[in-house]
Formats: sequence, structure tokens, C-alpha cells
Amino acid sequence: MEIPDREAALRLYRGMALIRAMEERLGVVQKGGDLPGPVHLYVGQEAVAMGVCAHLDDSDWIASTHRGHGHFLAKGGDPGAMVAEIYGRATGICGGKGGSMHVADFKRGILGANGIVGGGIGIAVGAALAAQLDRKGRVAVAFFGDGGANQGVVMEALNLGAIWKLPLVLVCENNGFSEFSPTATVTAGSIAERAHPFGVPGVIADGNDVVDVWRVAKAAVERARKGEGPTLVEARTYRTRGHVETEVTFLSTSYREESEVEAWKARDPIVAHRAWLLTQGATAAGLAGVDRDVATIVEAAYASAAAAPWPEASAAFEHMFA
Amino acid sequence: MARKRTIQAINDAIALEMERDPRVILFGEDVEISLFGDTKGLRDRFGPDRVRNTPICEQVMTAAAVGAAAAGYRVICHMMYGNFLYTGFDAIANQAAKLRYMTNGQVKLPIVFMAVIGAGRSAAAQHSDSMHPTMMNLGGIKVVMPGSPADAKGLLAASVRDDNPVVFLQAAGRGGESGEVPDGEYVVPLGVAEIKKPGTDVTLVAIGSMVRPALRAAADLDGEGISVEVVDPRSLVPLDEEGIVASVRRTGRMVVADEARRTCGAASEISARVSESCFGILKAPVERVTVADVAIPYSPPLEKAVLPDEGRIAEAVRRTLRWGARP
Repeated sequence: MEIPDREAALRLYRGMALIRAMEERLGVVQKGGDLPGPVHLYVGQEAVAMGVCAHLDDSDWIASTHRGHGHFLAKGGDPGAMVAEIYGRATGICGGKGGSMHVADFKRGILGANGIVGGGIGIAVGAALAAQLDRKGRVAVAFFGDGGANQGVVMEALNLGAIWKLPLVLVCENNGFSEFSPTATVTAGSIAERAHPFGVPGVIADGNDVVDVWRVAKAAVERARKGEGPTLVEARTYRTRGHVETEVTFLSTSYREESEVEAWKARDPIVAHRAWLLTQGATAAGLAGVDRDVATIVEAAYASAAAAPWPEASAAFEHMFA
Repeated sequence: MARKRTIQAINDAIALEMERDPRVILFGEDVEISLFGDTKGLRDRFGPDRVRNTPICEQVMTAAAVGAAAAGYRVICHMMYGNFLYTGFDAIANQAAKLRYMTNGQVKLPIVFMAVIGAGRSAAAQHSDSMHPTMMNLGGIKVVMPGSPADAKGLLAASVRDDNPVVFLQAAGRGGESGEVPDGEYVVPLGVAEIKKPGTDVTLVAIGSMVRPALRAAADLDGEGISVEVVDPRSLVPLDEEGIVASVRRTGRMVVADEARRTCGAASEISARVSESCFGILKAPVERVTVADVAIPYSPPLEKAVLPDEGRIAEAVRRTLRWGARP
């Protein structure tokens, strides 16, 4: 089975560690009342963003979701500009006008997180059309959840993507929940298999094993680059934190068993990848160095965001039109 | 100049823009065979990369327009009937209208969503709406409504060249109407109203399909000694408020004719703006001639009953002149 080379495997670790540390810190500052709006954390799903984006560069496109911080960082988005955006500050990547659910960096091919479940899927289809017309081997990736998988636009995207052989990878992160509804209670059959009637490969990846995601995504991205059309990847993972960080304040009952959460935490993708790296020649000291680098980046990102100025009120009236 | 049908003028404009800019692409349902004739021959001329039939899938069409525009193309997304804009509304209202703003101006979205709108053909309620007011209220969408073949050509060229999402709405059933259309490249800037007929007693603002009946009403009223100035805004976002207000300052009266429903219609907005700027000089209340707050019915006598026509427009003009006079 193909595995990433040592450098690539370390980059996967570093990226996942960065996403985790950024998100956990966000959970802390959210509780501290420092954030103006809601945040949907990516904790537990880091292997999916990293395993997929490892195959992309700045000229490829991704469309993301309301749980989009991991995708933004995995695609090379600036951590400080992301946190400043979530703080609503002028230095944010969107000047404070988008917030957590709209972090975007078009220069890096990040078409934006999206507040509409499934909203990024069709946008990625359009970027894939552009990529096909450009003939430079670019691809477009749409991330969406198992909740998004139940939107009708998925069928439209599979059909159009197949008919036009678009360089498109549809990545469904099945994290077990459509907001507060367990997937099995709202989703019939297998998500991956929904691609098959369209003649599109529908492949399952272990979303908590970054090497498995990396391997499945590699095949999908290569197929897209070669002009062979779209692939649907269903990465099975688990959201260990809430749908939204504030949910404990408004939910009267729990929608899942604590034992289930604990069982998935025992399958932590970062812990697992770390253990695997150690069997591949990485050293504990080397990985500790990566962890320190990550901590430094996180500190700097949060410190600069907290100190950044609020936007001028006049900015609210800018940028409706070009 | 040559006498041309609106459909031909639109076809010419698309072809000229596609010739001018290789990044202009066109897709939509049946654009290759061309239901209305507006995209006829373009597939043969510009090839299957740039002119494509889509499946019937408005959700993904409108969103793909956003994605392709964000990725550097200038997209004409043909929606066929205006009512299908509702089917693809998420990407129009939540994505196209907001993506630039939400990302602090990081992206330009040059998209034209084109569709035919309006009633008069017994197409019933799901193929006859005039949804420009809905589009006007989104904030980030330009709304263009040509009232003549020449304007259709010039406004479409401007819409394709615009770096923002534009909804270009042509009156259904009026594609066959002819008029003088300039040859070659012809651009009518958005946001500039045109006085279609000068007059001194009443300003009659007519939108899209209402331009022709307004001109007929004005001609009839001329015979009664009433001088009507017919103003076509041509685009509703941006709206040439200055041009409309200037006309009302000359006449002191205004009637707005629009095929949209009455509540929160384009006529409501124009009426509010003119009332704000011209309160002191208005000689009569502003009159709105619109469709009532009902769906468009199928049967011809019913449809005729709800649609504004030259008779209703003329009567509204007469009312503004009678206002305040002793009975």
C-alpha cells in the first residue's frame, strides 16, 4: 500500500497538530466570552482536511463548510488572519465581515467556508469547470458533511460532474451528526454508494487515519487531474466536540452517549499518526519540536488577533459591489 | 442601425461579447438548441467548451456560475424562465449576492443570470412571475430590465462586462418585438434611465414590459391634451434616482407602471424615493400601476384582468391630473 514519504508524513502530522491546537484554543477563548459569534470546531476530523489538501497547491480550489477552519489551515491559510477574522477584527482575512463561517482566501484557492449546509458543493463544481477550461491540470474539492450529503445539490453535482467529466473531488466528512441528529436517523443507505449510479467512483476512507485519507484522496485527485472525472470520497470520522461550541447552553438533553465520544477519542487521528510515525523512523524529540513550533504559531496568532483593532464602521458599507 | 427583434439583439450581444473576451462562457438548459432563439448558433460558433447545455439542475447551475466566476471566468448562466431563479435561489441570494462582501472584496463575480419574465402568454403562475423586486432586495445583485431591442443589446453587453452578479430579465413574449438596433459593439451603461418620450404634465416611469403600453398610453393622452414624459429606468440596481427625480421636478406628478406584484415592488421603491425627494413639489400622490397581490392566472380573461395595460396606465395618469380638482 502506498504511503507518504517521510517529509510528507511529517507535514501531515504538523498540519493536524496545528489545526487541533488552533481549535482547542478557540474553544477556550469562546468559553471566555472573547468571540462575537458562534464557532463550529473541527476537533477529531483533522485527518480529513490534511489527507486531502496534501495533494493540492495554491492553484487548486477548495470549497468548505461552516466547520471550515481545518480546511482553511490545511490549504495554507494564514493562522493569524483566520483567528483575527473569528475575533471580528480589521486584520482578519475578511476584514471581520465574514467571521468563522466565511473564512476565505482566494489567492490560496480557498473559495470560502460556507454558512449554508451544502452551499459550497455547487461552487466547487463551477471552479472545476473553470479548471477544466484552463487545461492546467487544476482540480476543485468540495468538502461537506453527512448533513450536506442529504442536500439535493449533491445529486446535481454528481450528475453534472460525471456528464462533463469535471476535475472535481467531493469529500463527504461523515462525522456522525447532522447538527444534533445522529447520521443514521436522517440518512438512508451508504453515502459513498450514492455516486455509483452516476458511474462515479464512491470510495470510503477511514477519516481518523490520515494515511488512509491521503491514499484515497491521492487517487481521486490524480483521476481528476487526468481528466477522468469526479470521485466521491466518504471519510468516516467523528466530531468529538459539539456541533457548535455554545450548544450546552441551549440543549436540554444530550444527543449522544459520553461512552461513544470516549470511544472515538481513543481513536484520535493525531495520536494514531504520531504512533505510526514513530514506527517509521520519526523520533519523539523530533515530534516534540514540531509540537513546540505549532504552539509558537498558535500563541502568535491569538496574541495578534486579541490585540488587533476593530474595523472602522465605514467598512460595513464597502464591498457590496466591485 | 437595422431593424431587429429583441431576441436577435440579445443573440448579437452575446456573440459580440464572446468574441471580444475568450473568458465569457455560457451555460444553461437547452442553450444549444435555444428555446427562445437568444442563444441560437452560439454553440457552433464558439464550441462546446464555452457554450454548454446543462441538465435541469438550477441549484448547481447558479452555484457553478459563482464558482466559475470566482475562478476567473465571465459567466452567462441562462435560467430560461425567471421563476426558475427561485429554484436556484440559494446560490443567487446566499452566495453570489454576498461572497464578495463577506470576504471583504477578495473576489469579483462577473455573472449574468439571464431569464425571461412576466405574463401575457397563458403560461400560468409558475412561468409568469416578475421577480425583479425580490432580486433588488438582495443587495449584492444588479437588476437589469430592457424595454426595447436596442436596450436589450446595449444593456446585456454592459451586464456581461460588469464585474458583479447581474440578473438580466427580458420580458417574455416580447422577444419578437422589433426596433432600430445599432450595429456592431453597443453598450448602454447600467444606472442610466432614458426618457423614451418627453412631456410636461406627468412623469410615467415604465419598467421592462411596461414601456410599450406606457408609450401607447402616452400617445393616447396626447390626444386629450395631457403631456406625459415616459421614463424607462432600464436598470433597477443601480437605479437612476437622479434622472427620475429630475423628471418629476419638471412635471410635479408621477405614475409608476410595473408588472411585479404591488407589495414591496419596484414601483414601491421608486415611489418611496420620489416621495422623499419631491414631497414639497408633488401636485398629486404618486400612483402605482401593478399586478395585484395575486398569482398570475392561466385563463386569458383572468390574466388580462390582473395585468397592467395601457388603459389602466392612462387612467392612473388622469387621476393624478384630477387630484385636488373640484368634482
